[in-house]
Amino acid sequence: MKKIEWLMNTKIWRSIFRTKLPISTNLDRSLVIFNSLTLHIHPVKVREKAICFSYTFYLGMISFFLFVILIVTGILLMLYYQPAIPNAYQNMKDIQYVVSNGTFLRNMHRWSAHLMVFTVFLHMLRVFFKGAYKPPREFNWIIGVILLLLTLLLSYTGYLLPYDQLSYWAVTVGANIVKYVPFIGTKIRFLLLGGNQIGDYTLVRFYVLHCVILPSVMLLLVALHFWRIRKDGGLL
Amino acid sequence: MKDIIKNKVEISDDPSTVPRRIAVFPEKTPVRFEEEKTEEKLVMTFPNLIIREVICFQIVVIILTLISLFINAPLEELANPQNTPNPAKAPWYFLGLQELLHSFPPIVAGVLLPMLVVIALIIIPYFNVNIKKESLWRNNSKIKLINFSAVILTLVAVSILFDAYSIAVPTILFYVLVILPYFVKKKNRLMSWLYERSLSDWIMIWFVSIASILTVIGTYFRGPGWSWVWPW
Repeated sequence: MKKIEWLMNTKIWRSIFRTKLPISTNLDRSLVIFNSLTLHIHPVKVREKAICFSYTFYLGMISFFLFVILIVTGILLMLYYQPAIPNAYQNMKDIQYVVSNGTFLRNMHRWSAHLMVFTVFLHMLRVFFKGAYKPPREFNWIIGVILLLLTLLLSYTGYLLPYDQLSYWAVTVGANIVKYVPFIGTKIRFLLLGGNQIGDYTLVRFYVLHCVILPSVMLLLVALHFWRIRKDGGLL
Repeated sequence: MKDIIKNKVEISDDPSTVPRRIAVFPEKTPVRFEEEKTEEKLVMTFPNLIIREVICFQIVVIILTLISLFINAPLEELANPQNTPNPAKAPWYFLGLQELLHSFPPIVAGVLLPMLVVIALIIIPYFNVNIKKESLWRNNSKIKLINFSAVILTLVAVSILFDAYSIAVPTILFYVLVILPYFVKKKNRLMSWLYERSLSDWIMIWFVSIASILTVIGTYFRGPGWSWVWPW
């Protein structure tokens, strides 16, 4: 403990972290939030009721943490993945049997994805039944609905990537629904699949959507979502 | 401010020290009484919120680690376009949609209904019904009962017409639950909870129940050729 204290008082430590120690007054506690890039999205004070578990069940927070886990595990999985037929499937087998902790990594990614769909939906229900979409929060509700759709799309595009029987036919079912959009249905399907049926280009398209486009849009909208919560007088 | 709300008025003969203040709150005030807001207790974000976030993150990671250690993600054999599994199922969150596709024409179940759901979700905060959230049976209950029954009757009739019993039966049960407080005037906790629900609450409850029921049916009760099977 003494050594940590000594370390925290060295010139180097104090040059990296702006907060002065010890933290003893409320001013110091405010400065912890103020002086931190990651924490300063929070106000220095929050309503006691708003941080109560039974009020929000922390569902938004949990969804965000799942998203963070998904990004981390997703980037690690990208290291072992080629979006091509049949390499994609062979990579899955490699992840299972060759890569250290590969199965664990893939499990982590898949289960957090399923869980995230679930928690985001529950978050929406909580917001609805508590009436937390009322003015001035109308627009944040809309961003939330878009985030729910993005979550579904992310999960759906990721579903194809292992390229096993399960993913192939699940995506076929989904792509066939798109076909029924009047007038432009077959065109949208062609654009999505990069052809008339699932093939190499579908894999590449879904891979780019899943790893680049959708997560970037998601991150931007999450940032907007958080910023609006704060501006509309909420928790963050 | 607080004294006025509590109907306590300071009295004095000298209007320059204690002016008579009258606050009028018209019934239609859109904003809810602000009294509690000013009274709400604030706490420091650090450490109160930060510690909760850290613990929440740790619990999420621990639970996911445990799940990932013991349950393996499914991986079947290499995709084979020649070999269609029977039934071919979408990811679980789309199985409700797939179940709809089984009964309704594809343009309705695959395009129209999902679009309606998304639009309905987006416009929620812009309608006064959803802002006020008044108890369904408080005013004009007789007219509301007739309209509500007509809507439910149409819904059930349409679902039965398309053989969608998985929608019709839950909707009838839902209808009974909604109109229960109209006829039963007994006041216990359950009844007053039911009575207090607004129309928007009821619509959401209906939507969520139907969506969950369809998803569960699609996941566990559908076998070859999308026929009904028992999961056990």
